[in-house]
Amino acid sequence: MNPLILWFHKLGSPPYFYRLAGRWLPWLYALALISGALGFYGGLVMAPADYQQGDSFRIIYIHVPCAWMSLFAYLFMAANGFVALVWRIKLSETLAMAAAPIGAAFTFITLVTGSLWGKPTWGTYWTWDARLTSELVLLFLYFGVIGLYHAIEDTRQAARAAAFLALVGVVNLPIVHYSVVWWNTLHQAQTVNLMGQSKISANMLWPLLTLAFATHVYFFASLLARARAALLTLESGKDWVRNLLPGEAAHV
Amino acid sequence: MSEFFSMGGYAPYVWTSYAVFALTLLADAFTPLLQRRRALRMLRGQLKRQARNATKSRPSGVEDAE
Repeated sequence: MNPLILWFHKLGSPPYFYRLAGRWLPWLYALALISGALGFYGGLVMAPADYQQGDSFRIIYIHVPCAWMSLFAYLFMAANGFVALVWRIKLSETLAMAAAPIGAAFTFITLVTGSLWGKPTWGTYWTWDARLTSELVLLFLYFGVIGLYHAIEDTRQAARAAAFLALVGVVNLPIVHYSVVWWNTLHQAQTVNLMGQSKISANMLWPLLTLAFATHVYFFASLLARARAALLTLESGKDWVRNLLPGEAAHV
Repeated sequence: MSEFFSMGGYAPYVWTSYAVFALTLLADAFTPLLQRRRALRMLRGQLKRQARNATKSRPSGVEDAE
């Protein structure tokens, strides 16, 4: 078999994943912290003030990476939910449910910072335009997934039910993304374009991309840490978990 | 330096945004640590209970089949 596929199969085994994630975690946290600090230095100190918005534009370095993460985390959650529903892979259930609270945190930050940015630039904290409303719906979808997961007693059934809800909610992702194109919104259109020319100068752009990288790395760090804790509970009857506790009888 | 902190008059908006970001992610980073502690505590309790039950349910002189 293809070695990559073989490795994927191995990765799906909870004890292997637990050990590997444990090894990666400190590096991921360190990388997220260092790149985050670099991005903040670039955004707060190196980048010049915007000629229209002055220094208030610096909220972009929080708002935009978190907004990207709110969509990325949902996509990650839904993809793992799909795998969990179709192939019943335990690790995918765990990863999907671990991604939900992180995504909700990023969505929350996006909404709050957007509101704090809206006041000085638009003159209002909130307006029911398409981008803002669909992002709020995204937060409620995260809440729905998390709530459903905790409402059902059996963890694995709960994960599959919540994964199904997550899949249904995918319909909201293109709405969030294209809302500024489809409707006339107060929210500005896309500034940064990965495929083509960005409408932002280079000394403002690099801190933004650095922070986008940092938040992605942080997402995976938090995800692995949450998945490890969840696996301990989910597999508490298994030998590999019992053998983690030294000095206590693993076999009775 | 004070010019830096005043953020051209936008200080409340800019610094509140950065604070919300930092506090939310700090809370997010601590959650898995608490979850892990809780999981390990439950596991220890489980093992202890099983060990106790095993010694209690074993009548003296009878070999344990396990």
